[in-house]
Amino acid sequence: MIDARVLIAKPGLDGHDRGAKLVARALRDAGFEVIYSGIRQTPELIATVAAQEDVDVVGLSILSGAHVALTGKTIAALDAAGVTDVSVVVGGTIPSRDVPKLLELGAAAVFPTGSDLSAMVEAIAALPSHARAEAG
Amino acid sequence: MSPVEQSVAGLLDAARGGNQAAMGRLITLIERGGAPGRAVSRASFPGSGAGYTVGLTGPPGAGKSTLVSRLIEAVRAQDQAVAVLAVDPSSPFSGGAILGDRVRMDEHASDPAVFIRSMASRGELGGLARAVPEALRLLDAVGFPWLLLETVGVGQIELDVARAADSVIVVLTPGAGDDVQTVKAGVMEIADIFVINKADRDGADDVRRSIRNMLRGGAQRQPGWTPPVLSTVASEGIGTDALLAAIASHQAWLTESGKLEEARATRLWQEVDSILVAAAQRRARDRCLQPDALRLRERVADRHVDPASAADLLLGDDGRHELTSRGSAA
Repeated sequence: MIDARVLIAKPGLDGHDRGAKLVARALRDAGFEVIYSGIRQTPELIATVAAQEDVDVVGLSILSGAHVALTGKTIAALDAAGVTDVSVVVGGTIPSRDVPKLLELGAAAVFPTGSDLSAMVEAIAALPSHARAEAG
Repeated sequence: MSPVEQSVAGLLDAARGGNQAAMGRLITLIERGGAPGRAVSRASFPGSGAGYTVGLTGPPGAGKSTLVSRLIEAVRAQDQAVAVLAVDPSSPFSGGAILGDRVRMDEHASDPAVFIRSMASRGELGGLARAVPEALRLLDAVGFPWLLLETVGVGQIELDVARAADSVIVVLTPGAGDDVQTVKAGVMEIADIFVINKADRDGADDVRRSIRNMLRGGAQRQPGWTPPVLSTVASEGIGTDALLAAIASHQAWLTESGKLEEARATRLWQEVDSILVAAAQRRARDRCLQPDALRLRERVADRHVDPASAADLLLGDDGRHELTSRGSAA
């Protein structure tokens, strides 16, 4: 068991959650505890949930095309909520030219549609987790 | 104060000031156990006891999360803060879990006076029993007057967890076939209040009748309190006020009779007991992996030593007795 907690959230207005649920199940099968907070979440809401659930990773699923704006806003909201030791990963309909922009904003990894599911799980498993960090 | 104790004290102060990230981190420390977890329990225990814990359990699909969301609404209408622990089972295969109860409480996610935390059972013997009451006490010490605990009542662990509450609500639904029969084991002993949710569906009367018959049979959680049977349609907010009134009524009965403190004292010591039992089981398991125990195991398989004598040897002071002849110790 990995003992790491991941939040899967869909910011913004897009309601297509089949991909997000697929990723959630794959992570569960790999031993993660996955908090699924639903669709149509604001960046502030996502930050609140990340704080309460003390997750190690926040996974944003964005199929609306607004990934740069929403990722930026979510990272800012996480900082404002005092959630500092979390990795943000982004998945969805992301053109390759936007990947460097997202990484620059602070995303730890980007998974455009079509990314290999098991490679995604492995990449997420390699991110830092509170369980592996020093206690306290 | 050690560095760990200092950092826990800092987190506790921040949590009392309303910092939800601090609350989240403190619960993680409790879940992980070890020295930091102990430090959190020690620091928060003296400040706990003022809050009131309501547990909701029942089969999957009964609408517990929606009902919890309605209760949050009702408590907030009284201008009180509320913390929620939503517990779901971990996969026995992977150890992972999907924790989605909070989706149904989404309307409260942006309310700073509401704290919602999802917990996985993590399958470890005694693990859930330890983390849930400690997390509830932490939130109690942080200052929440209301603590809601939601669990899926399909196993012994979940029922044990439900016992951690002052008032336990068992939520059932009509038309689920042998619903009441399948949850029967243990449920009658833990319920303070029964709720038939989705009561607008066919079969609600049958469920009510089944419950009443079983109550007539005598098993109840507290002598002197007959659990009321309420009907709700949580998806439409019907019946929530009556439920809150029933909880208040149970709370008043417990407080006036002195039974609240008595029950809490009993539950606290039961917690000590379960931790001891879990520790003893771990020790027994480890003991049986030692070389002399493995040799003894072969002698039991060869029928040189009977099981009871083998156990006596292992329970003995140094446990390093070797057998020289059939059935007798060196």
